[in-house]
Amino acid sequence: MLGGGFVATAIAFVYPVLRYLIPPKASDLGSDAVVAGHIGELKPNSGKIFRFGSRPGLLIRTASGDYRAMSATCTHLSCTVQYRQDLHEIWCACHNGMYDLNGRNISGPPPRPLESFEVQVRGEDIFVRRARES
Amino acid sequence: MSFLQKVRNWLDERLEWDDLIEPLRQKTVPLHRLSYWYFLGGITLFLFVIQVLTGILLLLYYRPGANEAFESVQYIMTQVQFGWLIRSIHSWSANLMIFTAFAHMFSVLFLKAYRKPRELTWVTGVILLFLVMGFGFSGYLLPWNTLAFFATKVGTEITGQVPLFGKPLMIFLRGGEEVTGATLIRFFGFHVAVLPGLATLLILAHVLLVQRTGMSVPPKLEMGWKANPGAKREMKFFPNFMLRELMAWYVALGMLGALAALFPWNLGVKADPFSSAPAGIKPEWYFLFMFQTLKLIPAKVGFVDGEVLGVLLFGIVGMVWLVLPFFESDDPSRTKPWISGLAVFALTYMAGMTLYGYWAK
Repeated sequence: MLGGGFVATAIAFVYPVLRYLIPPKASDLGSDAVVAGHIGELKPNSGKIFRFGSRPGLLIRTASGDYRAMSATCTHLSCTVQYRQDLHEIWCACHNGMYDLNGRNISGPPPRPLESFEVQVRGEDIFVRRARES
Repeated sequence: MSFLQKVRNWLDERLEWDDLIEPLRQKTVPLHRLSYWYFLGGITLFLFVIQVLTGILLLLYYRPGANEAFESVQYIMTQVQFGWLIRSIHSWSANLMIFTAFAHMFSVLFLKAYRKPRELTWVTGVILLFLVMGFGFSGYLLPWNTLAFFATKVGTEITGQVPLFGKPLMIFLRGGEEVTGATLIRFFGFHVAVLPGLATLLILAHVLLVQRTGMSVPPKLEMGWKANPGAKREMKFFPNFMLRELMAWYVALGMLGALAALFPWNLGVKADPFSSAPAGIKPEWYFLFMFQTLKLIPAKVGFVDGEVLGVLLFGIVGMVWLVLPFFESDDPSRTKPWISGLAVFALTYMAGMTLYGYWAK
């Protein structure tokens, strides 16, 4: 009886503390589509990091002038990747992971491709949105 | 009667002071050609005290928070008189402390000082080593610079790879899904409150265990002294060994001061969560062997992701390391050679991978 009381008291105090340690979920408002850049901002064969909700995205203008966009978070250990003009590939400096221009992991430790986004050019703005599930 | 003598008598009348320090007078330290390895634990403790003192000084000006941390460290280094020196001593002392803690651990392994009855001394020591690395990891983020930001991102992501409870643990450490100002505040709390509290308790336990069980001697010597007690050589802990230890601390202090003054610690560039990881990014030297290993493990090993395998392997090795003395024989004439072999392998692997990681592109 006394032991049960102590256990109940302990639970009554420990449970709120454990819940307190877990941070509230942050709402990721308006991250479905963003303006990632503007026409003329990127030269062919270059890339830039843009803010996609709370995470970084990568916008690339290929040597042929196409725009591509994908998540900039490396699928290995979450470093932020970058476009390598000299290699025409996407590179993660942390553990030397490589992706092609479609975000496919081609060498190094990354286990999965980068999440790719849809790119739409409207007027002067380059819009990026999450690719719709097919 | 001198003033000091009066104080001493006053204390003795109330606290029986002489009885309290009597064990210190009785304590002896074995004297042999490897005795100098006994200094390493004390030097580590001395550097920990330096860390506490300089840490308190830094707290006078440091402000945690993504918008203030970098600027406050910059302020300490450029505006506060000798601020650069205090921060440099804190950073150098942290690195030296980790080095001496590792050196102390390997010396204990090679001298087989972890054997019965010192298993718990080893266990508390290994936990302290993990805590010291936790100090390094949490403190590294506090200036909120680019290198620290990505090191924390990778380090906490590694925690997230642990099966079952990894993800909740990562969110707990980060204070959310991503590394943000919330992470910085949490790491600050770990660094200045949680870890020092735990470390102080464990240091007390570790030192008490050392006092209780006495200093170990290598197995061969132990057998030799048992067979021929006349050959046994010792020195008094107080004052003989203590004065030698103080000299070692003095040398450590001199080295620390010289390093801090001649090679002041850099601040780097303020962290930008929306920039790419810079080329050539590497963690601090004491995490480099793990970093390089994770770099070399392929994306998939069988059906398991490479990084998950790496994290699991390091976790298993860490746990085996903690309980290593329990595999050792109680008899000094029958010590297990594989434990020494494992120690040689671990040291070679860590040193090799660290150098490889340092020079690799």
